[in-house]
Amino acid sequence: MTQRIMIDVLARFESGRIRPLQVIWHDGRKYGIDKVLDVRRAASKSGGSGIRYTCLIAQRQVPLYFDEWENVWWCDSKD
Amino acid sequence: MRVILHSDLNAFYASVECLYRPELREVPMAVCGDPLKRHGIVLAKNELAKKIGVKTGEAIWEAESKCPGLTLVAPQGRLYQRYSQLVRSIYEEYTPYVESFGIDECWLDITASGRDGYEVAEELRLRIHREIGLTVSIGVSFNKIFAKLGSDLKKPNAVTEIRSDNFRELVWPLPVRDLLFVGRQTERKLTLMNVRTIGDLARCGPEFLQKRLGKWGLMLWQSAMGLDQQSVARSGDYPPVKSVGNSMTAIRDLHTETEVKLVFMRLSEEVAMRLREQGLFCSTIQISMRDNELFSFERQRKLSRPTQCAFVILEAAMSLYNDQQYKNRPLRSLGVRGVDLSWEEGGRQISFLPEAEYEERWLEVERTVDDLRERYGEEAVLRGRLLSDKALSGLRSYTQMDVPTGTLPGSSASPHLRPAKIYREVV
Repeated sequence: MTQRIMIDVLARFESGRIRPLQVIWHDGRKYGIDKVLDVRRAASKSGGSGIRYTCLIAQRQVPLYFDEWENVWWCDSKD
Repeated sequence: MRVILHSDLNAFYASVECLYRPELREVPMAVCGDPLKRHGIVLAKNELAKKIGVKTGEAIWEAESKCPGLTLVAPQGRLYQRYSQLVRSIYEEYTPYVESFGIDECWLDITASGRDGYEVAEELRLRIHREIGLTVSIGVSFNKIFAKLGSDLKKPNAVTEIRSDNFRELVWPLPVRDLLFVGRQTERKLTLMNVRTIGDLARCGPEFLQKRLGKWGLMLWQSAMGLDQQSVARSGDYPPVKSVGNSMTAIRDLHTETEVKLVFMRLSEEVAMRLREQGLFCSTIQISMRDNELFSFERQRKLSRPTQCAFVILEAAMSLYNDQQYKNRPLRSLGVRGVDLSWEEGGRQISFLPEAEYEERWLEVERTVDDLRERYGEEAVLRGRLLSDKALSGLRSYTQMDVPTGTLPGSSASPHLRPAKIYREVV
């Protein structure tokens, strides 16, 4: 089952949009976001829906979700 | 020819709960009102519960007798409102003509886009599933009535098109009850006339139906023939308010006049406050009552002059209660409604009668109480009588207590997920 992993995200608020720059994992490790490949609203496999930022992190495509209502970021993780 | 879509979010409340708690998809689940407040009916159910025979609107005990171990989840109104708004914002990308029909249904008029209705409906269905995570059933047709009928034909997650060249084959064999605005009473009258299907209704002819059912009959015939001309309202256009009302299911059955008065007092205050908020006056008061055998009845009375004053509304409600013949029945729920509305600006006839003067003075008191409540909270100022039985008065400070909660075993209790409030654990 896909689990929701809550994350902290360092982001820049640009005019009219949010650009995520760095993911801070729950144990404190930091991962820089090389590129944002796509931004769109999407349902998440672990539950709920939000704005999905498909990011390139260390050569891997990682979808990050932002819930603008709760102001939280998360990513999906398989058990 | 117009292109109208009717989009219906499937098992809306249950689907939103399953979206946030995917594990609820694996068990039969129903979203229900709070049984302790005697709102214990099924509001929505997931596919598994539906297959077992659980029905929307039935009592929890009925649902549980069909499906032992049914997971019962408390509704989260604000979350549903938010999802309804999210879906609506997708509709509004296609047309400004989006008219809500409840929280989970909308009509869209996409004629001006020049696009094929079926194609747009398919696109909407896929987008809503992909972007929001919910499924919709969409009816496509050339009028609102058939579009609504189409969305009911195939569920869940489907599109049905009813065209001018196939409605006789698709719509006419259906029971007349499937037509919008045909309720139990109309169905009964039509059955007596041997009208059982929508096709029977269409074949009756307008003169016959108008003679038997008046204007309503003509309207039904037009609906069956696909001649409905109702337009889809533009987003943000709301029809004028026709009534302001409130009802309450009491925490226990009401046996005495004192108990009834307490509930009517609370309801009258809320109705009067909402009338004042909107600058409206009502000239007629309606009360509705439902006894403990679920027998419902309504009574109404015209007032001598329009009012927005709680004590006038309460007096009218109590006199209606005292005048009806079912007075000795234990009552389960009561409702008060102000109808025949007029605007404040329209001006009211000045009266020099002492009771009118008394009412004006009371109105000033009630307006002051409105100000105090707005500033310090809804229960900052209360009538002393309401405190004599807080539970029956439905005071929030009392009724929010004691809601049983639990969690699904093995669920990851993430504090960031809006937790579904489970009434009882999964067996």
